Amino acid sequence: MTATELLTTALVLPFAGAGVIAVLARFPNPRETATLLTASLLCLAVLCLADPVLAGARPALRLAQVAPGLAVAFALEPLGLLFALVASVLWLVTSVYSIGYMRANREPRQGGYAVFFALAIGSTIGAAFAANLFTLFLFYELLTVVTYPLVTHKRDAAALRGGRVYLLMLLGSSLVLFLPAIIGIWVLAGTLDFTPGGILAGKASPAMLSLLVLMILFGVGKAALMPLHFWLPAAMVAPTPVSALLHAVAVVKTGVFCLVKIAVMIFGIETLAAAGQSGWMTWVAGGTVIVASLVALRQDNLKRMLAYSTVSQLAYIVLGVAILAPISLVGAAVHIAGHAVSKITLFFAAGSIYTAHHLTEISELNGIGRRMPWTMGAFAIGALGMIGLPPTAGFLGKWFILSGAMQTANWLAVGVIVVSTMLNAGYFLPILYRAFFLPDADGAGHGAVRGHGGEAPWPIVLSLVVTASVTLGLFFVPGLPLALAKLMVGGS
Amino acid sequence: MIDPLAHLPVLLVVVPLLAAVFAGFLRNGTVAFALSLIVNWALPAMAIVLLAQVLSTGPVSYHIGGWEPPWGIEYRVDALNGFVLVLVSVVGALIMPFAWRSVRRELEPDRHAWFYCMYLLCLTGLLGMVVTGDAFNAFVFMEISSLSTYVLIALGRDRRALLAAFQYLIMGTIGATFYVIGIGLLYLATGTLNMMDLAGRLGDAAAVQPRTVVTGLAFLVVGISLKLALFPLSAWLPAAYAFAPSVVTIFLAATATKVAIYLLIRLLFSIVGPSVGFAVSPVAEMIIGLSLIAIYVASLIAVFRLDLKRMLAYSSLAQIGYITMGIGIANQAALTGGIVHLVNHAITKAGLFMAVGCIVCRTGTASLTELAGIGRRMPLTMAAFTIAGLGLIGAPGTVGFISKWYLVIGALKDGAPWLAFVIASSSLLTMAYIGHVLEVAWFRPTALALAGVNDPPLSMLLPLLALAGATIWFGLDTSWTAGIASRIADGLVGGAAP
Repeated sequence: MTATELLTTALVLPFAGAGVIAVLARFPNPRETATLLTASLLCLAVLCLADPVLAGARPALRLAQVAPGLAVAFALEPLGLLFALVASVLWLVTSVYSIGYMRANREPRQGGYAVFFALAIGSTIGAAFAANLFTLFLFYELLTVVTYPLVTHKRDAAALRGGRVYLLMLLGSSLVLFLPAIIGIWVLAGTLDFTPGGILAGKASPAMLSLLVLMILFGVGKAALMPLHFWLPAAMVAPTPVSALLHAVAVVKTGVFCLVKIAVMIFGIETLAAAGQSGWMTWVAGGTVIVASLVALRQDNLKRMLAYSTVSQLAYIVLGVAILAPISLVGAAVHIAGHAVSKITLFFAAGSIYTAHHLTEISELNGIGRRMPWTMGAFAIGALGMIGLPPTAGFLGKWFILSGAMQTANWLAVGVIVVSTMLNAGYFLPILYRAFFLPDADGAGHGAVRGHGGEAPWPIVLSLVVTASVTLGLFFVPGLPLALAKLMVGGS
Repeated sequence: MIDPLAHLPVLLVVVPLLAAVFAGFLRNGTVAFALSLIVNWALPAMAIVLLAQVLSTGPVSYHIGGWEPPWGIEYRVDALNGFVLVLVSVVGALIMPFAWRSVRRELEPDRHAWFYCMYLLCLTGLLGMVVTGDAFNAFVFMEISSLSTYVLIALGRDRRALLAAFQYLIMGTIGATFYVIGIGLLYLATGTLNMMDLAGRLGDAAAVQPRTVVTGLAFLVVGISLKLALFPLSAWLPAAYAFAPSVVTIFLAATATKVAIYLLIRLLFSIVGPSVGFAVSPVAEMIIGLSLIAIYVASLIAVFRLDLKRMLAYSSLAQIGYITMGIGIANQAALTGGIVHLVNHAITKAGLFMAVGCIVCRTGTASLTELAGIGRRMPLTMAAFTIAGLGLIGAPGTVGFISKWYLVIGALKDGAPWLAFVIASSSLLTMAYIGHVLEVAWFRPTALALAGVNDPPLSMLLPLLALAGATIWFGLDTSWTAGIASRIADGLVGGAAP
């Protein structure tokens, strides 16, 4: 297949898959097969796109011309491919995991769940491949809408309340800030096409640029910069696989992906740096990194703690953008992948603990590491990734961001990275200590009842072992993500 | 040999008028329906041929009885009213299959033939208002459509429909009176009733008798504003929409107010604009201000309404605000947004009211408190409601986004970024009330009273799904909607006579 055909296939597959899954909704085994088949094919299609893109091909697809200068169009570039790779690979792993999780916990409405999951991935791929800001916005909003049924999956009052916060904050920020910023950019530049080097050079005053950057930073609510982060902890009412894929990978990463892509291909790094935008952006991102880490320190609910850790880690990626050095942008792009695999491991582990022992609070986890060695081993690797220690993928991103900060003598950013690393260690290491070195609260406890030596069902354990290995693997073989990230900023 | 194509403008009025008279003699509802169906399906074909002709060869002028304008009555069709003719007739055609069951469900059997008679008469009036190039003739058609509308609203099952019809009768009569006083004053100043002729003479007349002209225009604007339900002259609308039979609500929401808006555009841009200009009065600023209030106040009221028909009626007031906003900003982009929103709002609101009509037909209620979980009982109906609702909010990829895109650009080009911001943020309120309905319909446990309820028959479902499809289609391919609207706006803002 040619690159353009592969691109079309990757875009259509999840939506077609959703249709098939909807038809098979009432038959668990064929439905699950359809999910796995779609996920594998998508993964394959996106992987096949890597070679042509590395070789310099930029396949494009034009769907509809909505108004002059406003088109639904797709074009592949390195950053988009990197993001699509992360999303499609992790969808496959999460599919395995969620089949195990949903069956073990006897969740209702599994058919609808699988359909909306496929639609969510389709929207993510659409956003990754968007050729202009309008198409990106289209899929950005679609993603919000199709994930709402997943967030409110339990349908009880708490889920609906969380879902309302989720929907209002995400759609609200995008309608009030993101959309006006897009229209403002259109009026200034006369186009919305993603162009290497940006489209706003010499077209906007520094004050105008600051205003637009501000509207984009907070308008892209999915990036969860404080104070627009409340939707993320609220969305933790969802089942764990949803939290794992959507709130560690697809949804939040779409947010930071938008920010990186808009910074590089709409504003242009040189334009922003020349207009002196780095300083205040560093304050905004750095502030969120530190404050979110401090909040995470005080959480006892494991998923909420992970949610605040996500808020802090997303701000890292924004920090990589704010430094406005090419090398820190490479760091931001690599950290999109690195944080995704580490954080999904942590969420998988949290779901595994819940499935096997129905534990949700950190204070209940004494000695859990001895009952669930695989789960907690993977959790430890994910935690190292969060702290940014070698040998994990998290180290790479931090390393590049830090180098960028050093190069541009942005000492504020350096300070933020150092302090937050200590804070991250401060809330992850005690959990590991508790899990492996403290005695059980109640002896043998619930673990022995379920058999499996206290571990969760095998699909769950398999998936978290896979993501943990990838977290380690990316440190030793960072080839593909790194190459793509360097291509994005114009390196070789 | 008579060439039927040359007579299309007058046929658009005569055919439904004769059919209405004929239906008035019928006693059998089924025959009246068949007649109405044939007429309603023929009209869009005629309107589309006419629009195609106008777009390729320029405005068509038809002289009634062969009398030359300005002495005789002239029917004059340019891109603007050709576009509105297509809109009105297509909506009529889509409603007809829906009407079959809905009317049988909601009206007494001996009133069916009357209903179709009045409906055809109303359609005649609306098409006549659009097609005519004579200001007084437009008044005559306005009265035809208004009088038949009062009857149609009063046909509602609820006794409060009578009060709603009476309220509308009073307000509508005041509006029509204002309109005719305005026409009288302009006639006094210019000695003509033909719109083209008025446009040519108004400039000189305004120099001689400025007060007469300004007073006349003021009466006209207020009279038309009452008809199009510009805030605060809109008090009649919610009750009328809420208590009329479902078919009537769909029809009025999608067409009646749109035709009045067409008259306002015609008055301001074809008559006032090229002759005396907007400078004679602060009408543009007033329209912008009132539209803003309409958008926010009406949306806010809609958030707290639990009756779906009432909620959507208030939402209509807000959406009319977007259209008049485009008229008030009055540059090319904003006017394009306003004109395209005529169509876009007709599509989405007709879809929403039609979905509610299906729900009423199946459950007998439009109260949100009794409809928990209706989405699981009537999945196709609520899916269409969801899509049309997203269109109303202005989600990208739907028609509503296109309207707002042009409006916001118009506001920015007018040097009013705050206005652009306010327009964009107003979608949040729309989201609040549509979101409330969707949450109740899809995410609440199904109410016990709804057991056994299911999707309506195809005759009701197909028009509904067609409207939902159009919400997406015209959100992505806008060559027929925004493309034509942009051409019309070019002509209107250029100040060229139509």
